[in-house]
Amino acid sequence: MDLPVWIADYALPVAWITVQIVALVAPLMLAVAYLTVVERKLIGYMQLRVGPNRVGPRGWLQPIADGLKLLLKESIFPTQANKGVYIVAPLLSIGPALLAWAVIPFGPTYQTPFGEVTPVIAEVDVSLLFLLAVTSFGIYGVIMAGWAANSKYAIIGSMRAGAQMISYEIAMGFALIGVIMAANTLNIGEIVVAQSGGFWHWYFLPLLPLFVVFFISGVAETNRLPFDVSEGESEIVAGFHVEYAGMTFALFFLAEYANMILVSILTALLFLGGWHPPLPVAPFTWIPGPVWLLLKTALFLFFFLWFRATFPRFRYDQIMRLGWKVFIPVTLVWITVIGVANLTPLRAVFH
Amino acid sequence: MAEIRNYTLNFGPQHPAAHGVLRLVLELDGEVVARADPHVGLLHRGTEKLAEHKTYMQALPYFDRLDYVSILPNEHAFCLAVEALREIEVPERAQYIRVMFDEISRILNHLLWLGAHAMDVGAMTMFLYTFRDRELLMDAYEAASGARLHANYYRPGGVNRDLPDTMPKYQPSKWHSEADLEEMNAWRQGSLVDFIEAFTDYFPDRVDEYETLLTDNRIWKQRTVGIGEIPAERALQLGFTGPMLRGSGVEWDLRRKQPYAVYDRMDFQVPVGTNGDSYDRYLVRIEEMRQSVRIIRQCVDWLRANPGPVRTSDYKVMPPPRAEMKQSMEALIHHFKLFSEGFHVPPGETYRTVEHPKGEFGVYLISDGANKPYRMKIRAAGFPHMAAMDEMTRGHMLADVVTVMGTMDVVFGEIDR
Repeated sequence: MDLPVWIADYALPVAWITVQIVALVAPLMLAVAYLTVVERKLIGYMQLRVGPNRVGPRGWLQPIADGLKLLLKESIFPTQANKGVYIVAPLLSIGPALLAWAVIPFGPTYQTPFGEVTPVIAEVDVSLLFLLAVTSFGIYGVIMAGWAANSKYAIIGSMRAGAQMISYEIAMGFALIGVIMAANTLNIGEIVVAQSGGFWHWYFLPLLPLFVVFFISGVAETNRLPFDVSEGESEIVAGFHVEYAGMTFALFFLAEYANMILVSILTALLFLGGWHPPLPVAPFTWIPGPVWLLLKTALFLFFFLWFRATFPRFRYDQIMRLGWKVFIPVTLVWITVIGVANLTPLRAVFH
Repeated sequence: MAEIRNYTLNFGPQHPAAHGVLRLVLELDGEVVARADPHVGLLHRGTEKLAEHKTYMQALPYFDRLDYVSILPNEHAFCLAVEALREIEVPERAQYIRVMFDEISRILNHLLWLGAHAMDVGAMTMFLYTFRDRELLMDAYEAASGARLHANYYRPGGVNRDLPDTMPKYQPSKWHSEADLEEMNAWRQGSLVDFIEAFTDYFPDRVDEYETLLTDNRIWKQRTVGIGEIPAERALQLGFTGPMLRGSGVEWDLRRKQPYAVYDRMDFQVPVGTNGDSYDRYLVRIEEMRQSVRIIRQCVDWLRANPGPVRTSDYKVMPPPRAEMKQSMEALIHHFKLFSEGFHVPPGETYRTVEHPKGEFGVYLISDGANKPYRMKIRAAGFPHMAAMDEMTRGHMLADVVTVMGTMDVVFGEIDR
């Protein structure tokens, strides 16, 4: 094999993919960092206080300071911990959280002089399936973290998290099946295209129960309030990551927030018409699609924070009951409804 | 097969939800509590023993440090006991002031309880809301006594001084503009009584606000209804008092049953629950806050109309006015004796209780005629409640332990004494 061919066949694609990954992960990490500030500020205002306002203008450099602090802190390894697993766990947590973003499309396919360009790293036809598979991996990080830390609080937290995430994955999966049935495709981009038109074409109307179930399951999946029993601070202190410090802790933190953004953007893509403007007329269409997508994502992120400031925490068995006895039956019924509707002229609603 | 053992978990003393310094050893069967074993005593300071070595007046500040959330009712019980033994007449105005501050303390206590309880159950925001309103009452404490927390305001024979005619005001600073200041000082233009009256107008709406966040919240109900249930009979056997007993449906309120100070002249209702679970106790305490506002309002009206002395004129137990000391030799002697030797209490024994926000707070005082108590026993309201921890949590889940602990409203200052 001579050199130019090698460059064209391997080096260039790898370089191009790397560029794409950096172009995605860098803004994502920035978004995660600033989500923490927004969260603290927003919840601060909801709680009659001002939130961080010391570092930088109006506190906007706070995440940088936090990140630096965590980087410089020692990562403590408990003497009784299983070191190998203890180190791998946070990686297994952040890995899937970032990997899932590979199949998230940020806008429609654009016609450019170089041909068609879709703003997605991996144009996979079964992207939803890939997404489900990858996000399920996140549980391993949590369970391994709890087990390896050899702490009683941590093991309770990880057992709770494991049970909860598996249960809600089922409800989430069923909600996704409804979307797949409605759109007749597993490709997220095509699902969004199927919702084109005004907001009455978006799936949140015909699939309202699934929309609600999906988002609430997403909140449960990310272990956020009111479903944060796995780290419920008033019961088991910090749950599965109680022994972690420094950068190993930061990885869990980053994974949690990246997952929050992921769930929000997925809800926007699957149920709120992704990058489509609410009305397909002039002033709305001037705003580019990706901006609409980010706005919708921000809406759901706001819900995450709003929940956190408002609700008490569920008890562990109540969460399980909600998942198994409410959400799964609801999704099953609605899947049947969609299935029947698909056999009648009503299917026009979905396209 | 490997032996299956219960999981033993140390809940506290360094735990975000273990109120104060409770060490709770939990035996868990999965998530279910098989046994809860509270270990108390980590905040023991020997208050009772210390009081035996101090004059009566010097023992008083220790009561602030018992239940440091509702400070003045503690002092009230001690003052009642001393006054009963020495047969001191307390001026009527002082009694109204005491009742008013007892009820202010009740609101302070219930606000802290509400915030902490809600935060234990996960509703973080409540805590900050209740602390907003606590701040106002702290200011009332400060205006009257000079201290926000450890007031040291009541005295055997009255209160330390009359309510002030002016409220301290916020001063201009880099952080507060003129407009801010005007708003912040709006209540503070008149006297302390005006300030408290403004509070009684403002506060019932805030209680409504708290209720919108919790009372009908389904998660809140799921977390509190049926948790830590205690039937009325069992509650009596366990020695429960206060909202813990009333939540079970027993209408027992010392303000009603054994009125002290001027509670017999007050118009208020005693809320009771029916099921004796955490939710009922929550409702009882919320209603108690509203009733406290009513009592405070009645006191405010009376205090405004009836000026008068707030200290007994018996200079053997209360220091004489400073002006008099410049003229009268006898007054000077009284002052010197009072602040060196203290006053003597005739031999005898007595048990006096008050309806403390947490329940019955009693002081059992034995005097041998000296200037110090021979023995003083403090009956803390929270201790019998804490003792029922095992019974109330057994069979519940780990998360309910936190709920039960919250609903008991324990403060370790008084339990460990």
